[in-house]
Amino acid sequence: MTSTKVETARTPRYAARRRRNSIAMGLAVGATAFGLGWLVLILGALLWEGCRGLTFQVFTEMTPPPGGAGGLLNPIIGSLILTGLGVVIGTPLGILAGTYMAEYGRYDKLTTVVRFINDILLSAPSIVVGLFIYELMVYPMGHFSAIAGAVALAVLVVPVVVRTTEDMLLLVPDQLREAATSIGMPRAVMIMRVAYRAARAGMITGVLLAVARISGETAPLLFTALNNQFWSLDLNAPMASLPVVIFQFALSPYKEWQQLAWSGALIITLTVLLLSIVARALTSAKKQAL
Amino acid sequence: MVDVALEGGAISIGQQGERGRVLQRLRLRDAVFRRLTRASAILVLVILGNIILSLIQGSWLALSTFGLNFLVSDAWNPVTEKFGALAPIYGTLLTSFIAMLIAVPVGLLIALFLTELCPPWLRRPIGIAIELLAGIPSIIYGIWGLFLFAPFLQETLQPFLINTLGNVPGLSNLFAGPPYGIGILTAGLILAVMVLPFVTSISRDVFEAVPPVLKEAAYGVGCTTWEVVRYVVLPYARVGVIGGVMLGLGRALGETMAVTFVIGNAHHIAGSILAPGTTISATIANEFTEAVGDLYTSSLISLGLILFVITFIVLAAARYMLLRLERRIGS
Repeated sequence: MTSTKVETARTPRYAARRRRNSIAMGLAVGATAFGLGWLVLILGALLWEGCRGLTFQVFTEMTPPPGGAGGLLNPIIGSLILTGLGVVIGTPLGILAGTYMAEYGRYDKLTTVVRFINDILLSAPSIVVGLFIYELMVYPMGHFSAIAGAVALAVLVVPVVVRTTEDMLLLVPDQLREAATSIGMPRAVMIMRVAYRAARAGMITGVLLAVARISGETAPLLFTALNNQFWSLDLNAPMASLPVVIFQFALSPYKEWQQLAWSGALIITLTVLLLSIVARALTSAKKQAL
Repeated sequence: MVDVALEGGAISIGQQGERGRVLQRLRLRDAVFRRLTRASAILVLVILGNIILSLIQGSWLALSTFGLNFLVSDAWNPVTEKFGALAPIYGTLLTSFIAMLIAVPVGLLIALFLTELCPPWLRRPIGIAIELLAGIPSIIYGIWGLFLFAPFLQETLQPFLINTLGNVPGLSNLFAGPPYGIGILTAGLILAVMVLPFVTSISRDVFEAVPPVLKEAAYGVGCTTWEVVRYVVLPYARVGVIGGVMLGLGRALGETMAVTFVIGNAHHIAGSILAPGTTISATIANEFTEAVGDLYTSSLISLGLILFVITFIVLAAARYMLLRLERRIGS
């Protein structure tokens, strides 16, 4: 038991500590409200501005000339094609590389190096990837093309898929692998029939996250796929995409174009958020199952 | 799984030749698959190597023309073909600095809230909401910043800063000038929101990795929550937090679209953070398709190379720190 004298001596200091604590805790609550506030502000503005112009026309008509009315059909289709191609090119590479890192080369020096480099590629500026593909494809070919855009997106897909594939395969218990091997399965068969199957939900999540990442990407498309005002499915020609059209329209002085930019922004954001929510649901269901 | 062993035809006892052939085929397939995966892993390294090589190749003309002068000159004149990277580098560093100045304390405080204060049932929803900020494409931040945030700043925060801090000696240059709305400060603020989720989620993860025993011991001797965080959690998680901050910095440095919308694209170095400026990525995004002449294009690619080198160093340092932390927690 402390004497009353000591207690009174300590009281101001104790009060100061308490005060400092409540200030810090208040700031923490404030910071969280601040962070959530941005999300509400941005999504709210997007819904408000985007819904105003979101008519049926947006999905059925081509991009208009300056000052005219129209829709976003060609950029929507263009985005679907570019994203689809990017995923189709990037995913197998990513899965194979991730497989090597988690299965064949788990204790390999190569794996450590690839993991390090992959993590850097994961957050590398996407505009640099655009420049890279420009140098690699657009310049030698002499013109902008959809396929160059798709390859640029694929370069962004690879690190995401590598990362999740490796992580998910490492979560698969080794007993499963040993059991499969013990009944005489060769390693390749074991990986495809057992490991992939056990890690499937996580690997699909990785692909979904990659789709979410590239469907909003603008910078790598600016000087690869460029833009196209007209309907075009030619992979060897420039192709419109939603992000690039938003970029062009938003910075234009025409009200109709700006409105279309908002609608396009809403479409992209809803798609991306939906994808990330589905991806999250898949992994959390998986975690509960384990 | 028996069907796998029997794949490629039924094997009955006595058909030794058939069995051998099946095994051979399986072995071949295994070898092919193994090579394929290894080649793909190596391809990741090849991609990075090629990015660096092609950037060096593309920037060769500009770098050999201007030499090291390219880094310290603030000239940017497509007509006379005089190019220097100083203004974009300055803008890139300054906007990222402003972003980190805001995002780091706020991110740490949110992580503190999520790990120490938040009721458990709220933890996941709030965590997810903050991470959704990272999921919003950067062009959305751009369009929002241009149409709503910049006009808002022009009418509220910027006049306020000019009228108060603009009169303080020493700071007056930093907050001088008319409120444009767009500019370095606006770009920095939007970047802050964009990197906030990275700082938050990594800080939260490393805070959670602090052994409960340490925190309980501190609480046991009568520490307040703040003291536990300040003297136990933060020192323990320091390396990881720095790693997370660097990761966020890497993002901020390379961010393109959001900045392009609100930076103003002015190739000069103004003392004021309210003035328009430019960043490396915004310059490339704005001018690359319109660049006429090899030297102009090459100068822009040189900017890309500089950006890549800076972010590479920052990200490599971040990964190294996070790796060190992982090893310590693992051991």
